[in-house]
Amino acid sequence: MNLSLLVILPLLTVLAVLLSWGPAAVRWLSFLGVTLQLILAILLLASYWRERTGGNAAPMLFEYNHPWFSTLNINYHIGVDGLSVSMILLTALVMFGAVLVSWNITSSTKEFFILLLLLSAGAYGFFISLDLFTLFFFLEVSVIPKFLLIGIWGSDPPPTGPIAKLRITKEYAATKLALMLMAGSALVFIGLLGVYYNTNGGSTFDWTVITDSGISTTSQRLFFPFLFIGFGIFTALFPFHTWVPDGHSSAPTAASMFLAGISMKLGGYGCLRIAVDLMPNAARYYSPYIVVLATIGIVYGAFATMMQKDLKYINAYSSVSHCGFILLGIGMFTQTAVEGAVLQMISHGLMTALFFAAIGMIYDRTHTRLVEKLGGLQKIMPFIATIFVIAGLCSLGLPGLSGFAAEITVFMGSWQRPGGAYHFATILACASIVITAVYILRATGQTIMGPVKEPQYNSLTDATWNERLAAILLAAGIFLIGVAPFWLKELINK
Amino acid sequence: MWISLRQELIVTGILFLLLFIKVFASEPRPGAILNGINLLLTINLILGFFPVSDATLFNGMFHTGRLIVLEKNILNLGTLIVSLLAYDWLKTHRQLLEFYMLLLSTLMGFFFMISAGHLLMFYLGLELSTIPLTALSGFDLEKRQSSEAAMKFIISSAFSSALLLFGISLLYGATGTLDFNGIVRHLDGSPLQLFAFIFILSGFAFKIAAVPFHLWTADVYEGSPVPVTAYLSVISKGAVFFIFVQTLYTAFKPLVGNWQHILMLLSVLTMLTGNLFALRQNKLKRLLAFSSITQSGFILAGMVGGTKAADASVVYFVLIYIFSNLGAFGVIALISAQTGRETIDDYKGLYAGNPLLSWVMAISLFSLAGIPPTAGFFGKFFLLMAGAAAGNYVFISIAALNMVISLYYYLRVIKAIFMDKQPDPIPKLGIAPLPNIAFVVCLAGVLVTGLMGWVYDYIYSLSTGL
Repeated sequence: MNLSLLVILPLLTVLAVLLSWGPAAVRWLSFLGVTLQLILAILLLASYWRERTGGNAAPMLFEYNHPWFSTLNINYHIGVDGLSVSMILLTALVMFGAVLVSWNITSSTKEFFILLLLLSAGAYGFFISLDLFTLFFFLEVSVIPKFLLIGIWGSDPPPTGPIAKLRITKEYAATKLALMLMAGSALVFIGLLGVYYNTNGGSTFDWTVITDSGISTTSQRLFFPFLFIGFGIFTALFPFHTWVPDGHSSAPTAASMFLAGISMKLGGYGCLRIAVDLMPNAARYYSPYIVVLATIGIVYGAFATMMQKDLKYINAYSSVSHCGFILLGIGMFTQTAVEGAVLQMISHGLMTALFFAAIGMIYDRTHTRLVEKLGGLQKIMPFIATIFVIAGLCSLGLPGLSGFAAEITVFMGSWQRPGGAYHFATILACASIVITAVYILRATGQTIMGPVKEPQYNSLTDATWNERLAAILLAAGIFLIGVAPFWLKELINK
Repeated sequence: MWISLRQELIVTGILFLLLFIKVFASEPRPGAILNGINLLLTINLILGFFPVSDATLFNGMFHTGRLIVLEKNILNLGTLIVSLLAYDWLKTHRQLLEFYMLLLSTLMGFFFMISAGHLLMFYLGLELSTIPLTALSGFDLEKRQSSEAAMKFIISSAFSSALLLFGISLLYGATGTLDFNGIVRHLDGSPLQLFAFIFILSGFAFKIAAVPFHLWTADVYEGSPVPVTAYLSVISKGAVFFIFVQTLYTAFKPLVGNWQHILMLLSVLTMLTGNLFALRQNKLKRLLAFSSITQSGFILAGMVGGTKAADASVVYFVLIYIFSNLGAFGVIALISAQTGRETIDDYKGLYAGNPLLSWVMAISLFSLAGIPPTAGFFGKFFLLMAGAAAGNYVFISIAALNMVISLYYYLRVIKAIFMDKQPDPIPKLGIAPLPNIAFVVCLAGVLVTGLMGWVYDYIYSLSTGL
């Protein structure tokens, strides 16, 4: 299977959108594009599965290697393993939802969908890259479209609480996000140069060559922090998580979904690859530090969420907390924990995308995201209320939904790591579930249940067909992983 | 011999042709003349691509080779784009022929400078280009600011020339020769030689606007007419970088241990100062002036490497820089010529009326900031990669940090164009065919030069390391 199709398809869609006329054509073309993406991703899964069950044990499948800058030994080298395939599936699902919930973007429709599709091209390219240069290229491709999406189509978060004077505008949030992600890229860049000049395989960016020949332990220890913190910024590593709440809250719904669902996973995927494949010695050495930062992120994120009054901020801060589980799993470095981290990446991607979609639908109708102003939505818009509750329950780890499967795997894996301090960190992380339950149940209770607070809400309509389709697909993914996580585990381990 | 001097001869030919037109034509029509000149420059560019063998002329004073021919052609290309972009401004200018005569003399100076195999030839070429450049920067004849810029430029140039000449004379005293090949043999790192080298280096640093010799840049860039500013920031700087690399890598090769550290220091200072001053600018020309100082710092960072890849990445970056910076300057020139507005606040809400100009500006700025998939990403990546070959990762970290800082002020412009509103935005502007061609060339260059790996590979195959 030709993996480059995954990058080419969104670019072709961009071209088609560029040449089309009128918002309706733009929407339908984009929808066609993401549908094809989803079909392609499922085809990829099927052919990957067939190869593996057929006994193909190569570390990477469907490899393609084409010289790019041959004099510098830089190649366009792509290929997938189970991890990449599952991330590609996640991207396709979230993109499908993101286009569907953007049906009522009215200003500069064409530019909006072009930027959104460019984002997906960058994400696919990132997940299939086997050359670190290509990987870095695709990582940075996605920064600027986010900036423009937030800055142009975003909305200023409502002023809340005692710091209402410090008004956060969407431009501020967009610039902060772009600069912090760029700083993350800069760290990754330094780490990559270090890898390039210090591998035992001679100056190369090639993933397979580097993992085969290895890097000396001294170089690993020197450059691991650059790479890990660099990717960590993308995945809200404490204390570099501050772009997350502002960015997510100011972004338009589709961009929030992409940011939380996929963009943060770029960082998680990068961290995982670096720690497990590229620099395992350094990962073991720095493991205590990672665990400490991840645990702080989990607990701090959970407490910060409790104080939020804005639905988008609630989900954004809870993302900080949930992405902490990914880092915790990687930091604990047992096989089960790493497996849990991957599950958590996918579970969180689906769950948070669904959550943001639900919040977006509510906001589109009521024009407020403040918990205190909403109420009784289940009477007015039962469908939206239902998906809101599903996303919330997944977030607090209800068995049967994907969040539970992922978190329990992380906890079990963490407990396998011997040492009192590690057990303590695991217990702290487990305890954060209780806080999650508090804020999720409170938000759900206030917005979904109870009396309708504003009389004009009674005339609002429920979800349209496109919103239903997006939500059902994402929710199906959550159920599928929640009920039968073993197929995903098998996919990752194959 | 004549074929080796081909590019110089063509430029001289065009120069004389213009002179005759000036003398004999009674009432020239600006539109026709501009079309004609741009056609000639295009022919000049195309002829430049024919291959040429290595040659050394005038007893080693002048030498040429495939890399040098390529570098001259890069300058030819830049000059052509500047000329296309200057269309709106020149159309109404009385002294249009003189503008081109001066422009081509500077180009000729750069050609001889790049081809120099001897410090005297280098100095000759440099002065041949500097003096017409001064006249050009004062070419907005009715504007006081423009004359002021010319005055500042000539004084600082004279000062830097004095430094350079002093260094050259000391070097002659210390080694007994000014020939590049002779200098290599006689350099042993004695104090007098180092003293001379520092002065020569300062002369170069002046020309490329490296800190602490950057003070003239902002004022001169601001006062000069926009096309001249573009020319100064791209062609003039690129030409000096070409010869700078060659001089360091050939004549001053034995002093590599010394200049590597000096270049690192210069690079860090230049990047940081350029960036910090650019952060608060509201005038676009000043912003780009400081940003061009920062870019000089990045090029210096690449030069530190001293490898074949370092040489290649400098030439490659200058090529990319021509496309990206001229794209940005082109938009500013067009808007300035038609409305006279040049500040970031004026650009608020530009996207509503002028989507095409906005995207040209945005893509050019992304390229300057080093965002993929624009060519600037590849240029910066390879420069810093070449610099990292020297093994100093603290230095590379500072450079990478500066990429983040620089993104901020480019984003400020983007934000003004795409996100901000103002009561009186710039109305929809017409774009004449010639500037349109220039924009297409710049955009194509920015999008293609990077993604197509063979461009870099070709330059690499011509380059030489230490």
